[in-house]
Amino acid sequence: MNTSTMKRIPYTILGAVFLAIMLFPVYWMVNASFQQNGNAVSSSFFPTNPSFAGYAQALTEQGGNLITSLIVSLGTVVLTLLISAPAAYALAKFKLRWVSVIVLSLLVAQMIPGIVIANALYTAYNDIGLLNTIPGLILADASSSIPFAVLILRAFMGSLPSSLVEAARVDGAGHVRAFVSIVLPVSRNSLITAALFSFLFTWSDFIFALTLTTSNAVRPVTLGIYGYLSGNIQSWSPIMATAVMSAIPAIILLVIAQRYIAAGALGGSIK
Amino acid sequence: MFLVPALAFIVLFFGYPVVKNMIMGFQDYSTKTFFTGEAPWVGFSNYVAVISSSLFSTAVINTALFTIGSIIGQFVIGLALAVYFRRRFPLNNLLRSLLLLPWLLPLIASSAVWKWILDQDSGVLNQTLLFFHVINTPIPWLSSPDMALVAVIIVNIWLGIPFNVTILYGGLQGISEELYEAAALDGATKWKAFRHITWPMLRPVASVVLVLGVVYTLKALDIILGLTGGGPANATQTLTTLSYHESFVNFSFGTGAAISNILIVVSMVFTFIYLRVNRRPVDE
Repeated sequence: MNTSTMKRIPYTILGAVFLAIMLFPVYWMVNASFQQNGNAVSSSFFPTNPSFAGYAQALTEQGGNLITSLIVSLGTVVLTLLISAPAAYALAKFKLRWVSVIVLSLLVAQMIPGIVIANALYTAYNDIGLLNTIPGLILADASSSIPFAVLILRAFMGSLPSSLVEAARVDGAGHVRAFVSIVLPVSRNSLITAALFSFLFTWSDFIFALTLTTSNAVRPVTLGIYGYLSGNIQSWSPIMATAVMSAIPAIILLVIAQRYIAAGALGGSIK
Repeated sequence: MFLVPALAFIVLFFGYPVVKNMIMGFQDYSTKTFFTGEAPWVGFSNYVAVISSSLFSTAVINTALFTIGSIIGQFVIGLALAVYFRRRFPLNNLLRSLLLLPWLLPLIASSAVWKWILDQDSGVLNQTLLFFHVINTPIPWLSSPDMALVAVIIVNIWLGIPFNVTILYGGLQGISEELYEAAALDGATKWKAFRHITWPMLRPVASVVLVLGVVYTLKALDIILGLTGGGPANATQTLTTLSYHESFVNFSFGTGAAISNILIVVSMVFTFIYLRVNRRPVDE
C-alpha cells in the first residue's frame, strides 16, 4: 500500500462511522431478532446468547404470508415486464405523434398518491370480486412499477442504434420478431434493473395490501408486520425476526445486483 | 399494438381512479352504497364537512411540518454525505452502496424497528441517552403529542438520506474536476468553492431531488401508520393518513375521496414544478 493510500485511510474510517450510524437500525433489527425475550428492559447490544425462538414463532405465524408476498411480487414482475417492454420499445423507436404525451402521463402517474388509487380500486374491486385475491394485488402493485419500468426501459432502448433493428427488418423480420430476437436480448441489463425494482416495490407494498384485503385469506408479510405493530406488543423478537426476513430480498439484491440497483436509483429520478 | 396493453393499464389504473375519486368526492359514498348500489349526489358537502372539521387544519399543519422537516433534514445530511463521498478513499464505492440499504427495506419493516428503538421504557435510544446522562427521564417519543411528529420526521429523514446521497452524488460527479483545480489555483477556500462552483452547478439536480422528495413525503402512509397510527391525539395525522382513515376505517369513501382530491391538487402543483425543472429530458 503506498503512502497516498495510507493518508486516505482516515477518510475511510470516518465514512465507515457515518455508515455505521445509518445502518444501526438495521443492526438493531437483527440483534433484537435473536434476543431471548425482546421485551426486557436491558436488551443487550450483542446477541451473545442467540435464541431462534423469535424466528420459530415468526415462521409459524408469517410463513404463509411470506409466500403470499413472494407470489404477488413475482407475478407483478412478470406482468410489469410483459406490459412495459413492448411499450418502452414503441415509445423509444417508433415515430408516433403521441410519444411525448404518453411519457408525460407516465411521469404524472408516478406522482399520484397511492391512497387515491386505493380509494377507487377498493370500490371497483368490491364490485368485480377482486378484493382479497392475488390477481387483484398483482394488478394494483403493477401500478407502482409499470410507469417506472417503461421510463427506464425507454431510456435504454432509445440509446440502441437504429441500424441494429433496421438490419433485421431488411432481412424480412417483422416488428415483433425484431423486438423479441434482437431488442430484448440486448436490453438484458435494463430489463434486470426494471425487474429488480418491480420486485422490491411490490415486496415492500403496504398500502394496497392494507386497503385491498379485508380478510386473512391473502395477507402479504408487510401486513403481518403491521398486524403486530397495531396490536398489543408482548415480545419484540418475533416482530424483528419477521422484519429481518422481510428485509432479506433487499439485502440479497444489494449484495449480488449492486450495479443494477445503482442504475435504477439514478434512472428513476433523472430520466 | 406494442402500446395497447400499457395504454389500457394507464387508463384503468391511473385514469379511472382519478376520475372515480373526483366523482366520489361529490357523493355520499359509504358502506350502504355497497348494498344498495346508490351513492346520492351531495354536491360540495363532503368538501365542506372535511374542511370545516378541526381535524383538517391539524392534518394540513402536520403535513406541512412533516414535509418541510423531512425534506430539509434529508437534503442537508444527504448533500453533506454526497460531498464527503466525493473524495477518493479506499472502499468508497462499497460504503456508498451499503448506504442504500435503508432505502431498499420495506418501509413497514423499518417502522417496526424504529418503533422498538424509540420505545419509551425499553427502547435503545432512551436507554443510551439515560446512560450518558443526556436526559434524566425517558422521552415519550411516540406516546406524547408534543414529540410524536418530531420522532416521525426523524425516521423519515433517515429513510430519505440514501436516495438524496445517491442522486446528489450522481450530480456532483457531473461537475468537472478542472473547475475546482482552477479555483484552488486562484486561492479559493473550500467553502468558496462550494458556494461558487458546487452549488450553482448542482442546482438542477438539487431541484429534482427536492421536488421528488416533497411528492414522496406527501404520499407517506406506511411509516406514520406503522409508528403512531396518526396518533397520539392526531398529533401525526397528515392528509394521507386522514384520507385513509375516512375511507378505510370510517368507510366514508366520499369524504375520503374529497381529502385525496385535495392531496392530488397539491401533488400536481409539485409535479408541475418537477416537470418545469426537468423539462429538457422530457422534451427530447
